[in-house]
Amino acid sequence: MIYAITIYGEPGVFEALPKERRDEVMTGHGALQEALKARGEFVSMKLMPPTSAVMVEPAKIEGAAPLITDGPFADTKENFLGFYAADFKDLDEALEHAKMISSPIARLEVRPVSWAGGAISSE
Amino acid sequence: MSDWLEATFAQQRPRAIAALTRVFRDIDTAEEAFADACLKALTVWSKDGAPRDPLAWLLATARNAGLDQLRKSQRRAAILSRHTEEFQPMPAETPDSDEMRDDVLRLLFICCHPELDRRDQIAIALRVVVGLSVQEIASAFLVKFKTMEQRITRAKKKIANNPVAFETPSPAERGARLGEVSLMIYLMFSEGWSTSAGPTQMNLTLCEEAIRLSRLLVVLFPSMGEQAALLALLLLQHARRRARMDADGKLVTLDDQDRNLWDHANIAEATALLQKAERIGHRGPYIIQAAIAAAHARASSANETDWALIESHYAALYALQPTAVVRLNLIAAQAKLYGPHHALKATEGLADDLASYRWFHAMRGGLLQEVGDHKAAIKAFEAVLSLSPTTPERATIAEKIDISKKELGDM
Repeated sequence: MIYAITIYGEPGVFEALPKERRDEVMTGHGALQEALKARGEFVSMKLMPPTSAVMVEPAKIEGAAPLITDGPFADTKENFLGFYAADFKDLDEALEHAKMISSPIARLEVRPVSWAGGAISSE
Repeated sequence: MSDWLEATFAQQRPRAIAALTRVFRDIDTAEEAFADACLKALTVWSKDGAPRDPLAWLLATARNAGLDQLRKSQRRAAILSRHTEEFQPMPAETPDSDEMRDDVLRLLFICCHPELDRRDQIAIALRVVVGLSVQEIASAFLVKFKTMEQRITRAKKKIANNPVAFETPSPAERGARLGEVSLMIYLMFSEGWSTSAGPTQMNLTLCEEAIRLSRLLVVLFPSMGEQAALLALLLLQHARRRARMDADGKLVTLDDQDRNLWDHANIAEATALLQKAERIGHRGPYIIQAAIAAAHARASSANETDWALIESHYAALYALQPTAVVRLNLIAAQAKLYGPHHALKATEGLADDLASYRWFHAMRGGLLQEVGDHKAAIKAFEAVLSLSPTTPERATIAEKIDISKKELGDM
């Protein structure tokens, strides 16, 4: 089963950490990437800060073009920061891997993927 | 644990202090109340874990702490006199995003108080909004702790004596505040990028904090293209920080920088921001400057720089901001396109306006070297040395003088 490990947190908090703590977080990510690489195909993405985002909102009127707006408004709560996805034997294995990147500044969600295409595929 | 929590406090600080300043109409009370709330959070969050909405928790706790302090302090009378009515009870949840954005903008605008000189505006923003310690700010400005402490105290007094309006600003007023605050952030970065004078060329603390504040403006005002462009501009410059100095501590010109040392994550983010800003449309000075910086960032080597594009951007910028410095940059781009003779002639008209601008003389010196007029080049470089350059600049210029002297000796 493919699981996605999605990371939520507040943008900017990582950057506000002292260097040793940032290194600590990065060491966890390094270890997870090594572990996933050793197992086979995986996908990982770190999103740029939400300030670089543009929103595509559904059209208000049927048949009209979708509405492009300049980004989410001031939101101080959790943001989607990035994710990993890989094929895991079971939930336990996925959780074991997620634990490697657990830190006080991020909340992780481990969720099965119902469809995936590209580098890792659920077909 | 406290490292992690302190990063969260630092992240919440601008919004929290901004909202508390509106509630208490007083920066000192807001700062003390926030400090109290953080202290409480250290105990409570370490035990129970951080709440899902740290800002709401900190605000509610700080508001109570601030009211407690006021009850006890003599400042109460003075602060209450600034209120037309009793304190409005603050809702437990975070202020809505419109209110929050005006609060943060107001706080930053308060720091841009017209009676403060530019450097004091920057210092007070670093102290109040960012939360740097007086010691950190003093080292950023290369002054003694005592000096900075006095400057900040004086600045706060001026602010308290002549407070800014707390009503929701009109759209025009909001725009004016945004312009003023953006300029302060831009100048904070510039001060860090090229210190006014002194032993070091760069003070990265100032650059990084300016980027953080600029980022905050983009979060609060996502539909303002100029603010997205300002962040893009700062990131594009900051991307070059590692390439800008050589191992001997000399300044490396853009042409000679090792582009592999540029920070490509910064450049990628800036490119995305600039595209977003250009979509929004309005072509203001920050968009144009960011577009110029992006044109440099795109070139894989100095030879591949699209100078025609850069010239057209500088021409557009000059139309918006017809200053001598912008004109000098336009001429620098033209020098690449039409050669040093043309550019030297063009700089003549700027000699009066830019007599005390060291980059003017440095650029002329370089152009004079290119055309082989080494006598005049030495004179121009000596003018740079008389205008208190930083130590790395001095080393670079001294090397150039040596080159010209050698050329003269060989003749």
